[in-house]
Amino acid sequence: MSTPAEDVKPLAKKKKKVPFNYSPYVRGGKLPHIWCPGCGHGIVLKCLLRALHTTEISKDDIAMVSGIGCSSRTPGYVDFNTLHTLHGRALAYATGLKMAKPKLKVIVTTGDGDALAIGGNHFIHACRRNLDMTILVYNNSIYGMTSGQSSPTTPQGKISTTGRYGNIEPTFDTCSLAQAAGATFVARGTAYHFQELEKVIFEAMMHKGTSVVDVIDACPTYYGRFNKYKTPTEMMEKIEKEGTVSVKQADKLLPEELQGKLLRGVLYKSDRPEYCEEYNKLVIAVQAK
Amino acid sequence: MITAGIIIAEAAAIYDGKKAVQSQSYGPESRGGASKAEVIISDEDIDYPKATAIDAMLALTQEACTKYYKDIKSGGLLLIDSDEVKKVPTGDFKICSFPIISTARDVLGKEIVANIISLGLITEITRIVSHEAIEKAVLSRVPAAFLELNKKALHIGFEKGAALSPIS
Amino acid sequence: MANNKKRFMQGNEACTEGALYAGCRFYAGYPITPSTEVMEICAARLPKMGGVFIQMEDEIASICAIAGAALGGLKSMTATSGPGFSLMQEGLGFACMAEVPCVVVNVMRSGPSTGFPTGPSQSDVMQAKWGTHGDHPAIVLTPASVEEIFHETVRAFNLSELYRTPVIILYDEIIGHMREAITIPGPGEVEIVERRVPSCAPSEYKPYDVQGGEIAPLASYGEGYRFHVTGLYHAADGFPTNNTKLIEEACHRLLRKIDDNKERIWKNEEYYLEDAEIGIFAYGVSARSAKFAVRELRKKGIKAGLLRPLTIWPFPDRAVEEMAGRVKAIVVPEMNMGQIVYEVERVAHGKCEVKGIFRVDTEPIRPAQIMDCITGNGSKPPAPNSKMAEMMVERDMLDG
Repeated sequence: MSTPAEDVKPLAKKKKKVPFNYSPYVRGGKLPHIWCPGCGHGIVLKCLLRALHTTEISKDDIAMVSGIGCSSRTPGYVDFNTLHTLHGRALAYATGLKMAKPKLKVIVTTGDGDALAIGGNHFIHACRRNLDMTILVYNNSIYGMTSGQSSPTTPQGKISTTGRYGNIEPTFDTCSLAQAAGATFVARGTAYHFQELEKVIFEAMMHKGTSVVDVIDACPTYYGRFNKYKTPTEMMEKIEKEGTVSVKQADKLLPEELQGKLLRGVLYKSDRPEYCEEYNKLVIAVQAK
Repeated sequence: MITAGIIIAEAAAIYDGKKAVQSQSYGPESRGGASKAEVIISDEDIDYPKATAIDAMLALTQEACTKYYKDIKSGGLLLIDSDEVKKVPTGDFKICSFPIISTARDVLGKEIVANIISLGLITEITRIVSHEAIEKAVLSRVPAAFLELNKKALHIGFEKGAALSPIS
Repeated sequence: MANNKKRFMQGNEACTEGALYAGCRFYAGYPITPSTEVMEICAARLPKMGGVFIQMEDEIASICAIAGAALGGLKSMTATSGPGFSLMQEGLGFACMAEVPCVVVNVMRSGPSTGFPTGPSQSDVMQAKWGTHGDHPAIVLTPASVEEIFHETVRAFNLSELYRTPVIILYDEIIGHMREAITIPGPGEVEIVERRVPSCAPSEYKPYDVQGGEIAPLASYGEGYRFHVTGLYHAADGFPTNNTKLIEEACHRLLRKIDDNKERIWKNEEYYLEDAEIGIFAYGVSARSAKFAVRELRKKGIKAGLLRPLTIWPFPDRAVEEMAGRVKAIVVPEMNMGQIVYEVERVAHGKCEVKGIFRVDTEPIRPAQIMDCITGNGSKPPAPNSKMAEMMVERDMLDG
């Protein structure tokens, strides 16, 4: 059952601007993080923590699982039940953990290489099962940790250390892939549109089932340098601001105006039975026999 | 056929209080192709789990018969399906022959009980397990709805086995 | 399932029974011959017990899922065979490094690659020790009968909890598919080790703080202990470190926690070994042939004896060393092209002759092969078909 794609609804209006207090969520002594100046991962982390705060889920009940890569370092900085695993395998660990302890709110932080290349098989099967977990794909179109190789989301023609003459491979669209594989909540945000991002992450976490958020994010150190973006700000503007359009705005634009732009917002939502609940039903039925 | 091997081994091990080991060999994949069930029954512990010198062999197909009869030991027994095995091997062993599959099909209406008829025949001819044990073992392995059918099949085996004399 | 009743059961079924008896409540796996029955029976049994069964997309996912479940507090297991075991190696390394208790069953088939899926072998015995990269500990158990598979599976879970490490159960296709009578013990009849959990306050908990010992208690996620686990080298608090001293110490401790306890992990059966002049060192199905051979040889007046390890890793150095000091020669029959024979040779260290008998045609080594090797009937064991096997058998492994 699918409902039409809808735009992000604003959260409850804040009465007055009080600076958000991140410290309860950040592990003492574990910062500074390893991310480069200009990297968007820190913005994503902030949005994630703010969204988590809004869900009011206890820190004891949150598990954050990651694979390998820059984005996968996120769990080390935050004060939850955290598991930093193998390249590509975060979703398999997360599946085992969630099934063993269904009360945990499981969040997987992963990257475009981690989730869509080496972990692609686990990604589609996690979406198919529809376990209640949130997958955040920090999508910067390159392998940052290993210094700038092509990933499944490196656009054609762009330069990387393994695509020196321009990448010739077509890309994966994280959201289309997730939806086709069966994820029941699919959204996209960018580090540039951080307020929107916080809201979609919040919605993703409130969703029952597998939710995927494709977070368009910039790697100025490698992708930016190789592809002639002068500053991180220019990168964010070109890729995240000009390269995307919200689903609401998209309604008003002509197809040619949408050419080459990625949609932001909640792109797909449906309510298919959640895996842990289905398993639990099965156990009850079998035990009743 | 492997089920028959399991049942006779179980009859010996559980209901007759003997030692028994059952093993099997397949082709390269676990479905299709020839398969072989091996059973060793002894009063003592069984270490080597494969049958090397065979006392009694049942072959329901020509392929199985041709492939394995060489391992039957001197004075042993070869039981074949008379419809299926036309090229009957010769050797220093007794051969008994009975239309096992067609009896299952024509008399009992279910080809699938051919292996149970076989168990009746083997039990009757070799007495390697007791009649009580084999019956208990058969009935413990079949679904309730098929108890009577299998019991009948087993007893046909007993009867025909008693009347059977070696063809060579 | 009624306990204390004699049942006729397949090895793979006994493995599942052992796992459930030991308290396994999570199974993740992927179908592969000849281990699939373990998975199928888990699929039938676990839901009834309120446990979790999940079929994963591959073996990589399976081993990762069981580690994830173990960190969620459940005793967990997966079972596989050669190709799947190869895929699991990285995940095994993670479980060693992160010190996550879990059990991996490898029902050995012929390889390399797809090999002969229904054909038995014993050729993963080195892979079980060295398959994953980096220096790491390994506990590998080698049962040889249906009843033993049950008890060794229970022991595997116990050891994995005691030492916070993955434990591998290694048996060949013959033992896995073979049926024998077995009596499942009643509850409480066999010791079950439960996980040592922290008694300190969550704020003080460090998942790798061994406090002068070798093994730290392990909390479960979601119980108030918000700790970090990583496959990176880490400090006592679980967070990554690049401190060279800490890295060295962590690696040493990982190995030490098994090495210092190997007396407790070792388990051997000795058969007519006291006065033996010829020793046989054999595991799994080959040990069954060896036992038969020992009895036959004794009838002929040849003093043969068998040392059979149920723990193949850590390697039973002391028992082999003692045997090597007493016998004239040690014969090592194995269904591979020579693996454990080199360990025996290493430990025997020239004290006696060491000879291998190898067979890779997917038929078990026959007792007669072992007897012929010992009685010197042509000094060539008859069965191995390949020239290579003959060459290797003929080659005197030691000068002295």
